[in-house]
Formats: sequence, structure tokens, C-alpha cells
Amino acid sequence: MKRLVVYLMCGAETPELAEAAVEGGADLVELGFPFSDPLADGPVIRRAAERALAAGMRTGACLECLAAVRERVEVPLVPMTYASLLEAYGYERFAADAEAAGASSLIVADLPAGERPEIRRVQLVAPTSTDERLSLAAEHTDGWLYLVTLTGTTGARDRVSPDLAGLVSRARALTDLPLYAGFGISTPAQAREAADLADGIVVGSRAVEVAEEGPLALRDYVASLRGAIDAAVPAIID
Amino acid sequence: MTVGLYGAYGGRYVPETLVPALDELADAWAAAQKDEAFRAELGGLLATYAGRPTPLTLAERFAPGKRLYLKREDLLHTGAHKLNNALGQVLLATRLGKQRIVAETGAGQHGVAVATVCARFGLECAVHMGAEDMRRQRPNVERMRLLGAEVKPVEFGTQTLKEATSEAVRDWLATVESSYYLIGSCVGPHPYPEIVREFQSVIGTEAREQILEAEGRLPEAAIACVGGGSNAIGLFSGFLDDDVPLVGVEAEGAASLVNGRPGVLHGARSSLLADEDGQVLDAHSSAPGLDYPGVGPEHAFLRDSGRAEYVSVSDAEALDAFRRFASTEGIIPALEPAHALAHVAKLDADVVLLCLSGRGDKDLAEVVGL
Repeated sequence: MKRLVVYLMCGAETPELAEAAVEGGADLVELGFPFSDPLADGPVIRRAAERALAAGMRTGACLECLAAVRERVEVPLVPMTYASLLEAYGYERFAADAEAAGASSLIVADLPAGERPEIRRVQLVAPTSTDERLSLAAEHTDGWLYLVTLTGTTGARDRVSPDLAGLVSRARALTDLPLYAGFGISTPAQAREAADLADGIVVGSRAVEVAEEGPLALRDYVASLRGAIDAAVPAIID
Repeated sequence: MTVGLYGAYGGRYVPETLVPALDELADAWAAAQKDEAFRAELGGLLATYAGRPTPLTLAERFAPGKRLYLKREDLLHTGAHKLNNALGQVLLATRLGKQRIVAETGAGQHGVAVATVCARFGLECAVHMGAEDMRRQRPNVERMRLLGAEVKPVEFGTQTLKEATSEAVRDWLATVESSYYLIGSCVGPHPYPEIVREFQSVIGTEAREQILEAEGRLPEAAIACVGGGSNAIGLFSGFLDDDVPLVGVEAEGAASLVNGRPGVLHGARSSLLADEDGQVLDAHSSAPGLDYPGVGPEHAFLRDSGRAEYVSVSDAEALDAFRRFASTEGIIPALEPAHALAHVAKLDADVVLLCLSGRGDKDLAEVVGL
């Protein structure tokens, strides 16, 4: 089965939204811990981060949100954030407190492989990554590799990046780890196309937009993605 | 594995997409430094296009009782020290085969310098600038457009340099294979802080020779304003190994060294204006070139080591120095170095070397309106 990862920004409604996403078929939920200057993010997630910060979603509140989500769902939960939060909180302390609150790993968008190797996390690789860097990321990553499908920021695109196929085949030659593709995937058709190549997909910006319409809308949206990727060609792994 | 460190500061805190481009840049930079032809080409451009060496002027009336020497970067082509770096980096960009340059600007001085070198070398140019800065630095917006650059307004957050830099990085993230990011200060991921410092070190190298010529001795203090810190690091680099006190002057509302804490912004660990959760705070300064909550990592290192001292002055003190300097010396300074001028009287030094990093034409409308 292909894996479906859904990203949600931490906030007051997030536990309920995460439950809806899992009902819709999400296998893993990424929880955004907002940062004031999110360089890897396009306008949708940047604005969601601005709103979350205005609503008081600082690190302590986000950890509480994570714990509250943990009480509602069984799937793995992975905070996604930026280095400045870990810097302020303490890298090791952040990792330990996130784990205690129910996180199974971390994603730090501006900590490329090689920086702060002591922090166990899911590494991202991109179409621009050299084979040497793909290998380094695979060696250091926590369970799976996050394939950034395109050269750019998060956010919906008209079509699946043509760079994804090449990135998948290069990564497959270097590692047996599961490969989940994210950035620029928003529609069921795109989810299917990306899932034909990778072992899982990540949906962020569009999920954040749909989440604004409430849990029912999110559940239906996630279910539409689930249906699409379940029709994809079988995974090489599992 | 961590590269480009100044003590505990610096590094490469960027999305993976950019890491290969930074590696490529570091290689090109290392090769260029060893290449006599590169140094000769840059030296020729600095002499015949930019107008180097810039003079050292003794200011006789502004600071009674002191011998205040001004390193006249305001007389450089385009009116500020920014061109030193823009010329150096555009040569790196052409060596890398890039056809498009992306940059951020605050006061517009870096944007004008980048637009200028892009015109000179026939490259496409996109400059990201906060909408608030576009309003208060209108003449520089018109200059950039006349030079053929596209000025991209940034209309969220503070609408100043912090957001302009974030948008420039996002632009580069999306166009990294065809674009060169020409950063304007000694900030950002490795190797940018080192590159910018080396291209600005011409300020300190020249000033050291000139003041030895003029005074027969080194200054008792070297002083410069600090936003990101490029003119200051350029000046300081000429005196790091000497027994010369180094003083950096920040704007009171943007004092990332005086009031900051360690944090990560725009690709590097440095001293930042940030809250206890690591969220970056808004800076406030009447001088757009200083209106930035971060600073170059080498300055944070120099502060911690005690080699340089950093102080701050208020908008009002800087404005007073701006007016007084114009009427006593016949030179209209930019608001940014007016901050350094405002601190001169407080220095326990008679022979002072100050980097007059830019001229103030761009600030007239804003100052008259203040």
C-alpha cells in the first residue's frame, strides 16, 4: 500500500482535523510548528504560519497540540518546523519533548543532511541533490526519505513535477528506504501520478486550505487522495 | 560536516535544494581566489568603473578636538560601498554561467548596485524590495528600473528587508539552476559571509594605507554602522590583526548584536532579534539599510571574542548627526553611516577612522518629512 501523509498547521482545531484526516485515510500526519520566516514555504503555508503565530502557537503550545493529537489518533506524528525553533528551545530538548508528546520523528526544513547530525530526523532530498548528497541523506534519515519533487517552495502546482521520476530512480539506485514525494501535489490525479513512482505522497498546502473548511471537508478531501493512490501501481516495498 | 563557522556562528541552514548550488559557489569562489585573471579583472573594474581607490577625507569641523578621517565610500559609483561586492559577485556569477541575478534590497543601495552590474554585464535582474522600503526610498526604485531591473514588491510582514530577503531566497530556491543569488551583506549561508567580507575588505585595506600615509600611524578607533554589517566587516578586516579598537554602531530598534540572542535566520546561525521561542522579531529603524533583525555571523563572533565592540544609537541621534554633518562638512551622508557619525563624540579616541558607507541623496525626502 502506498502511504499518504497529510500536513496540518498546529492550532486549536488541529486535533479534530487530524482525526478527520486519519478517518479519510491518512497514514501519517505532519504537524507544522510555525516559524516567522519559513523559507521553504509558499504563500499558503506562510500565511497559515502567520495566523498560527498570531493565535499564540509557540513551541510550548505546539507540543501540547501534538500531545492532544496523539490522544486522538494512532498513526505516526511528525512535527515539521525550522531550525530557529530548535535553536531557541535546545536541539536535544526539542527532540526529547516532541518524542514524549507522541512524535515518531522530526522534519526540519532548513537543516540539510550534515548540519546538526545528532538530531535524528527525516531528511529531505531534492532534484538538485547530487548522488553524494542523496547517499548522505539516506544514511542519516529516520525511516524514510522525503523527496522534494520540484525546485522551489511548497504549494500547489498545475502538474506533477517532471523531475520526480528522475529523482525516484536515482534514489532507488542508492537506497532501499521508502521514498515519499511531497511539494506541489494537491489533486487526486496528481496524487495517483506521484504514487505510481514513489512509495508515498505528502500533501501540505492544499490540505491546509481544505482544513479551513472544517473536518468534514478535510476527511472527504483526504479520502479522495486515498482512493487515488490505492489505484496506483503496487509499491516495490511492502 | 558543518561548514563556514565563525566560532559557534555561521553554517548552512537552508533547504536541501540550495545545498548543491552553495557547494558549486564555494568551489567557484575558491578557484577565483587563486586565479590571477579574476583578481586582475575585478581590480580593473574597481579602478576604472567603480572609482577606486576612494579618498580618505579629514573632517575638520564635525567633531571638534578629534581628527576624524572619513573613508569615502559615498563617492563610489552608485553612491555606496555596495558596488564593491556586486562587482565581485557578478564576476562569480558569470564564471558559473548564470544569466539571471536575484537580489534583495533594503535601502535600495544594494539593489542599485546589482542593477548596475547587471546592466554592465547584460544579465537579467530581479530585485525583491519591501513595499514600505519602496515608499521611503523612491529614488532608488526609479534608478533600478532605469537600469533595467525588475523591482518586485514584497507586501507581507514588515514589508522591509527581512521579508525582501526571504522572498529573494524563495525566488532563488525556484530558479537555482539558472539564477545566481547576489546577496548584499555578510549574512546568509556559507560561503556568502566570507565572499562578501572579502569583496568589501578593499575598504579596510585602502583605508589602512591611507591613514598611515596621512597620520603616520594607525587610528585609535575604527568605526562603522552595522545592519547586516558588510561595510563594517570590510573596514574591520583591515585592522583585525592590529591594536586598533573596532566599533560597530547599530540602530537602536534593530540592534541584533546589542540586544540579540542566538538564532537562525536566512541560512545562518547568528545573533538575532528574536523572542524566547526563536520567532524573529520586527526591527525598526529610520535607516532602511539597518532595518534588519539579523547580522553577519562574523560580527557575532567578534562581539563574543571581545575583538569588536557594538553600540546602538537612536533614530533621533542619527538624524541630528545627519543634519549637523551636512552643515559642517558639506557632505550629505546616508542615514545609515549617520548612526556611526552620531557615536563619534562618545569615542575615547582622538584619531578616528569612520566608514562613510554611502551618500544621503536617497534619504532627503524622508528626512525632510521626519
